[in-house]
Amino acid sequence: MKRPQGLARVFAAPSAIAALSLFGLVAALIGDGPWDAAGWLGLTAPLAALAWAIRHRG
Amino acid sequence: MLSPKAVRAWSAVHKWTSLICTAFLMMLCLTGLPLIFHHEIDDALGHDRWAPANPGGPLMDYDAILELALKNRPGEVPLFMSFDEDRPVVNVTTGPTPDAPGPQMHFASYDRTSGEVVPPVADGGVMDFILQLHTDMFLGLPGMLFLGAMGVLFAASIVSGVVVYAPFMRKLDFGVVRTGRSARLKWLDTHNLMGVVAVAWLLVVGLTGVVNTLSTPIVDLWKAEQLEALVKPYEGRPPVARLASVQAAVDKARAVLPGMDLQFVAFPGGSYSTERHMLVFFHGDTPLTEHLITPALIDAETGELVGVRPMPWYVKALGLSQPLHFGDYGGLPLKLLWAALDLVTIVVLGSGLYLWLARRRTAAAPFADAIDQEPAAAPAPAE
Repeated sequence: MKRPQGLARVFAAPSAIAALSLFGLVAALIGDGPWDAAGWLGLTAPLAALAWAIRHRG
Repeated sequence: MLSPKAVRAWSAVHKWTSLICTAFLMMLCLTGLPLIFHHEIDDALGHDRWAPANPGGPLMDYDAILELALKNRPGEVPLFMSFDEDRPVVNVTTGPTPDAPGPQMHFASYDRTSGEVVPPVADGGVMDFILQLHTDMFLGLPGMLFLGAMGVLFAASIVSGVVVYAPFMRKLDFGVVRTGRSARLKWLDTHNLMGVVAVAWLLVVGLTGVVNTLSTPIVDLWKAEQLEALVKPYEGRPPVARLASVQAAVDKARAVLPGMDLQFVAFPGGSYSTERHMLVFFHGDTPLTEHLITPALIDAETGELVGVRPMPWYVKALGLSQPLHFGDYGGLPLKLLWAALDLVTIVVLGSGLYLWLARRRTAAAPFADAIDQEPAAAPAPAE
């Protein structure tokens, strides 16, 4: 067991992922081409985090 | 940090909102998955192999197409005419009465180079069935509103899920999945991890889905607020005897809305028009504005242009909530991301149900893990 962490620590990664997701959702709506690509990158964040966690699980 | 009492209260909210909506959300995720690829499935079934009879030939005008469509449906009235963007095809929706409900409507597509009927996609109506199940479970407006209520519960379950995530994770690093101890613990960590990474997408798709279920009341409100006053002067007069030219109506409307793309015409007496007007709807040509529609009003009898009526904010909100729910606004990669996140949602729903059942079997208090850790005053030994 580790030392209990504060809310800021607990939600640091989830907030970053949520912010990237929202950026992606809006970016693809704003324009085509590079905006779409930015949208894909943003929405890849939740899946990338999931893939990372599955590789490092223990 | 929350008190044990508050954790228990939020846990109860999470448990009950989830339990009520899970079965319906599972149905929505399963039916939503093929719907993400509706367009691709249609193309695979031959939609994009269709070619006009006389490519490059002269195009029949909209009045001629309407006449043909009505000849093919004796006794019916026109409801809508819509226009394909990438091929010379006009779609005509007819029905027994101007206010006919969805199931009584008839939809047919016409080749503007020949007047021939474009055969519908040969999927045996499977996609239509899935769409109907997803939209209203074949129950019409009550079904739609019911699914909207399930969406509200889903949003509440997401918010309460985020709140109870904190006490669970106080002594765990982000992303840790404890395998090898118990199946329940593994699925608890998986549920928390998948739920929290997808939370923004879940809320956006969930809440825009709720807005979409309100489309009928939203359109009714727009009609009451913006169109009702226009028909007051006609009270007591007989209904429109002869419909003015659709082609002329579209041409006049296009002239006052340059730079916009034609989307559909709503014939008099229907859900998007008045007894005395046809409405010609246009949309913008950027990803952001292509879901925002603007109508030009045409007197259905004289064919005169009455004016352009920009949509109020709540119809714009409905328009913008459509792409954000469907995921159809960023090419195939965005659709694939939508599908992946849909699958993540299915795992979150399934694991949530499993955790509830597993807890019930052991008869321990639900969310005990979160509450057990609460007396945080005792310093934990350093690792």
